[in-house]
Amino acid sequence: MSSLPSSFTRPLRAAVRKVARPVNVSSGERWLSTIAGTALAVYGISRRRFWGGALALIGAGLAWRGATGHCDIYASLGINRSEKKTTLVEETVTVNRPADELYRFWRNLENLSQVFEHVLAVTEIDRRLSRWVARAPAGATVEWDAEIVADREGEVLAWRTREDSDVLHRGSIRFRPAGEGRGTVVALSLEYEPPAGKAGVAVAKMLGEDPETQIREDLRRFKQICEAGEVPTTEGQPAGGRRNRETSRRHEKEGRQRASCPLPDQPEVSREQGRAS
Amino acid sequence: MKALCWYGRKDVRVETVPDPEILAPRDAIVKITSTAICGSDLHLYDGFIPTMQAGDILGHEFMGEVVEVGKANTRLKVGDRVVVPFTISCGGCFFCQKGLFSACDNTNPNAALADKLYGYSGAGIFGYSHLYGGYAGGQAEYARVPFAQVGPLKLPRNLTDEQVLFLSDIFPTGYMAAENCNIERGDTVAIWGAGPVGQFAIRSAFLLGAGRVFAIDDVPERLRLAEEGGAIAIDDGDEDVLNRLDEETGGLGPDSCMDAVGMEAHGKGLQAAYDRIKQSVRLETDRPGVLRMAIQACRKGGTVSIPGVYGGLIDKVPIGAAFAKGITLKMGQTHVQRYLRPLLERVEKGEIDPSFVVSHRMSLDDAPAAYAMFRSREDGCTKVVLKP
Ligand SMILES: NC(=O)c1ccc[n+]([C@@H]2O[C@H](COP(=O)([O-])OP(=O)(O)OC[C@H]3O[C@@H](n4cnc5c(N)ncnc54)[C@H](O)[C@@H]3O)[C@@H](O)[C@H]2O)c1
Ligand SMILES: [Zn+2]
Ligand SMILES: [Zn+2]
Repeated sequence: MSSLPSSFTRPLRAAVRKVARPVNVSSGERWLSTIAGTALAVYGISRRRFWGGALALIGAGLAWRGATGHCDIYASLGINRSEKKTTLVEETVTVNRPADELYRFWRNLENLSQVFEHVLAVTEIDRRLSRWVARAPAGATVEWDAEIVADREGEVLAWRTREDSDVLHRGSIRFRPAGEGRGTVVALSLEYEPPAGKAGVAVAKMLGEDPETQIREDLRRFKQICEAGEVPTTEGQPAGGRRNRETSRRHEKEGRQRASCPLPDQPEVSREQGRAS
Repeated sequence: MKALCWYGRKDVRVETVPDPEILAPRDAIVKITSTAICGSDLHLYDGFIPTMQAGDILGHEFMGEVVEVGKANTRLKVGDRVVVPFTISCGGCFFCQKGLFSACDNTNPNAALADKLYGYSGAGIFGYSHLYGGYAGGQAEYARVPFAQVGPLKLPRNLTDEQVLFLSDIFPTGYMAAENCNIERGDTVAIWGAGPVGQFAIRSAFLLGAGRVFAIDDVPERLRLAEEGGAIAIDDGDEDVLNRLDEETGGLGPDSCMDAVGMEAHGKGLQAAYDRIKQSVRLETDRPGVLRMAIQACRKGGTVSIPGVYGGLIDKVPIGAAFAKGITLKMGQTHVQRYLRPLLERVEKGEIDPSFVVSHRMSLDDAPAAYAMFRSREDGCTKVVLKP
């Protein structure tokens, strides 16, 4: 079992569309994970009750771990069994809009509070500098200033936090045409220092134990806003029984305000737009 | 409002729930005038579709009148009469633009879960589990229709509800399944399952040029209805289906075979017993008896079309036979939006009157009894329309 049967895992890995999620699972283990995970997922989804769902999720997680070579449990225990280390998170998504338009959306940094789940507001101080406010656990917020360090229209935007910020990270978003009629491949990369200090811990919690998943879902939101003009939701819809009372209560609390998003044929996004709640 | 809620296996209840509200700028709220129970709902009713939650509102075949629209919805007005496709599609993604509406990238709020199980997530679907988005369905007095600038079809007033209601699902489903058969003029098509989907598939196969259509089932009323649609009925309860098809096609096999039954195929003999046991101890999620037969029966180089729903994994499917005979397999959730206009035109021209399939009209209040009756296929129950 020393070499991984790549013909088996390659399609799966492609399906996962992982770019640089840290590999911390050995290859023999990955093979086993994939098979056992798939079996468990299938067994799980076929169970009707809670445990079925739980098993299915565990199974899907195992299969996922096999396919990606990344184990969240290892990661949170600080175990790296593959010897490769990185603090870089990179995710890619294909968006069915022209690169220029996507760049313009992103360059209007204030739009990004709609994209990043935990970012509450972005304010542009000037063309280079912006102030970010993000939600931290327990109702607190964290703030940082970012400066743009590279900016090529329709191609790339890179930024890093100012050195006196509580939170240190740098990131970039790259746009490259996906080919005939297929829109744009968008790659987001974020590099951050291991959490240090109070704010760092808050940010780590904010990104959760699985920053890749968080970033992937953020990029999915970006794609949804640009292609579909809105992020799909069922929050606040009716349901029977106990859930019926929960939804109506949540409703009252949230006040049900939702931003209107740009339509695909209206690429310019106004700065006044609020945040999708 | 009143709505039919799912609570578990064979446990659905009509309850009073809050009215739906506009949640996104292009939503619409539809006051439902007619809503139907689908064979797909039976898979939920029988507990074979994972990720259902107690209290989920069922129903994905509905129509009615628009009573409210979101502020960014420029296509619909209050008062419009619409039928709503069961697949929810954004209109802007790669897939929607290719006409593959049920593969829409952007309408499943739980896409991350579906990505993990299926590789990539398809479109959200009304009332069809949280894996498919967890959207509240339309067996209710009102429904919220997300992405309503893309999906709903505005209807003329001169057609009755029952003539247009099935544009929401089973008519396009039967039609796409027949299209997926790659029919050439004069072809022989064998269709397993004479339920509502099979019935529309029979009629669509003829519309697309089939010469002969065989309908295979064991429910007498449904076989009779299939014959009324021009099909030759084969009762699999008292005939060897494979032999009969072989004889009828002079030893060639049907040009196309269709599985309009899906994951809960009935059956007899060893293989059926094997599937029942494996499914009941959860080692197999779906019972593929019909799929096996369709592959076995099909002629060399022919096509097997699968509108019947499968959810997970199946056993002992003769992939060797499919390979040896060079068979094409086509399947999937229907790209409903693609068919709305063309099929409405066929109804308007009088080429088909979809109301033929309705056997029972009942009140939404009686939905639990309607489910039980449709499930048991008793009392000639072929298709139930519920009136809220
Ligand atoms: N692809 C889609 O988008 C889509 C849309 C709608 C429905 N469906 C699916 O299509 C299938 C049929 O739907 P329906 O509404 O007609 O359901 P239904 O349950 O009313 O009909 C199924 C029919 O198949 C028959 N049957 C069962 N086992 C059989 C066997 N071994 N041989 C021959 N016939 C057999 C039953 O007697 C019944 O008449 C279901 O799986 C449903 O989920 C798919
Ligand atoms: Zn249906
Ligand atoms: Zn789409």
